[in-house]
Amino acid sequence: MAKANDDLFEYLIRLGDDHLILGHRLSQWCGHAPTLEEDLALSNIALDMIGQARSLYTYAGEVEGKGRSEDDLAFLRKEHEYHNLMLVERANNDFAHTIIRQLFFSVYAELLWEILSTSGDEKLSQIAAKARKEASYHVRHSAQWTIRLGDGTQESAARIADAVKTMAPNIQEMFDDDAVLQRLVQTGVIGDVAVLKAAWHISIAEIFSTAKIDTDLLETVAIGGARPGRHTESMGHILAELQYMQRTYPGCQW
Amino acid sequence: MYSQGLIGADDSTHEDEEFLARFQARIDAEEKIEPNDAMPQGYRKTLVRQIAQHAHSEIVGMLPEGNWVTRAPTLKRKAALIAKIQDEGGHGLYLYSAVETLGVSREQVTQELLSGKAKYSSIFNYPAITWADIGAIGWLVDGAAIMNQIPLCRCSYGPYARAMVRVCKEESFHQRQGYEILMMLCAGSDEQKAMAQDALNRWWWPSLMMFGPHDSESTHGSQSEKWKIKRISNDDLRRKFVTATVPQAEFLGLEVPDPELKWNEKTESYDIGPIDWDEFWSVVKGNGVMNKERLEARNKAWDEGAWVREAANAFALKSQEREQLEAAQ
Ligand SMILES: [Fe+2]
Ligand SMILES: [Fe+2]
Repeated sequence: MAKANDDLFEYLIRLGDDHLILGHRLSQWCGHAPTLEEDLALSNIALDMIGQARSLYTYAGEVEGKGRSEDDLAFLRKEHEYHNLMLVERANNDFAHTIIRQLFFSVYAELLWEILSTSGDEKLSQIAAKARKEASYHVRHSAQWTIRLGDGTQESAARIADAVKTMAPNIQEMFDDDAVLQRLVQTGVIGDVAVLKAAWHISIAEIFSTAKIDTDLLETVAIGGARPGRHTESMGHILAELQYMQRTYPGCQW
Repeated sequence: MYSQGLIGADDSTHEDEEFLARFQARIDAEEKIEPNDAMPQGYRKTLVRQIAQHAHSEIVGMLPEGNWVTRAPTLKRKAALIAKIQDEGGHGLYLYSAVETLGVSREQVTQELLSGKAKYSSIFNYPAITWADIGAIGWLVDGAAIMNQIPLCRCSYGPYARAMVRVCKEESFHQRQGYEILMMLCAGSDEQKAMAQDALNRWWWPSLMMFGPHDSESTHGSQSEKWKIKRISNDDLRRKFVTATVPQAEFLGLEVPDPELKWNEKTESYDIGPIDWDEFWSVVKGNGVMNKERLEARNKAWDEGAWVREAANAFALKSQEREQLEAAQ
């Protein structure tokens, strides 16, 4: 039984970290977006990401049973203990990079939440049902921008292509399989995630076709993958900011 | 928020007396002036200037708080801060729409902000350097904004008055949230409490300056008051703010940084020490700690977003052409 809880904890942490770090990245746009409307939209998505991270961490703390709160998990781990995708650490760079990163992640997240909404774990299925609705809004937002930018001007098309090239090596890591996932599938905590990859490619191909983006750009050598604790150089900097208050003033209430 | 006493308004107007008298009669009868109504040039210009300054203040005001989003101490505080900044952006949007009802586009007034020609509330040229500043900004800056804006809910210009009703509701939520941040600090460690006191020390006087120059110095107040754009004078608003805020500071156990602060039995409000107007005008003129960075940040966002806005326009045009083509076939 202890093992099953360890696996569920690990899985919740992975998902929580994905959402926390992507939310952190998006929140860096706050006040600096290309239009006022986008300032509001990106903040909205950041808020959803952080909200989902909070639910996942809170539940992870319960599963672990050591009394760790959402904030203990969000702020007081070492770099290698964060098990997020490298994709979500990728720099905001320009708006095209931000949009493609979001598109790749949100298409994945919407499909994943759909599977998890029928999880044998009731709490996880509840989190997933709520998050799925939010993710489908995120997909719509990033797909619309992908299409506008892909089929906008020459410059925007070039920037989108560059963004796809930057993010493409981090596609495969979303679909990597490992022993934790296999055990969770076996015990019915998560459904069949093997179908995710094909479904993801179908959705992206459809959006790219409308956006006039070459799907060949997706074919590339994968970087990273198989999660636990591998990061880009950005992660240390992200944590330096994220953890600044909690590390500087340990044990305080805020 | 965030209006301060309007700076540099030109309310000169050239209509004939009969027209002006008829307009004044409507104002005196507390009728709301609506976008398509006839109005004196000076009235229109004053409103455009004031509402645009107000909108710019909302937008520039996102920057000092945005500076703390990635470092917020808990996830709950982080989410609340992002939501607050998002509200301020929303206020900017309504206010730019209100400007547009007066026949001036958002782009036009935005250009004036970016070039440095338009003003915004000077308070945002002060740096937000600790987490306690996020509490102090909510409590004092949003608090002063509410004081300024409640009378604007009864402003004679309909669209501005209506925007203010909605905005004020959100501002009072921001104020409570800021105060709550300080309550946590003041109930915390010595270091946390010192952080709160330091923030009050730095934000107190700039907050009082948000109400603008003394009534005796203010040149444009009277016409604005006659037109019921501004309904309560700078000094009266400032006095009300101090009177509401001092007990809140006491409740926190913090000391207001004004040795001359004294209860006045006669007016049933606080008398305050002298405001450093040299500092105020110096910051208005561009010499605050953050003036240059604020304007640079707005310009950078605008310039780096240019290709995005161009692409969106190009795409909209192409889509329209495609629709027309389909319709023709
Ligand atoms: Fe506001
Ligand atoms: Fe506010």
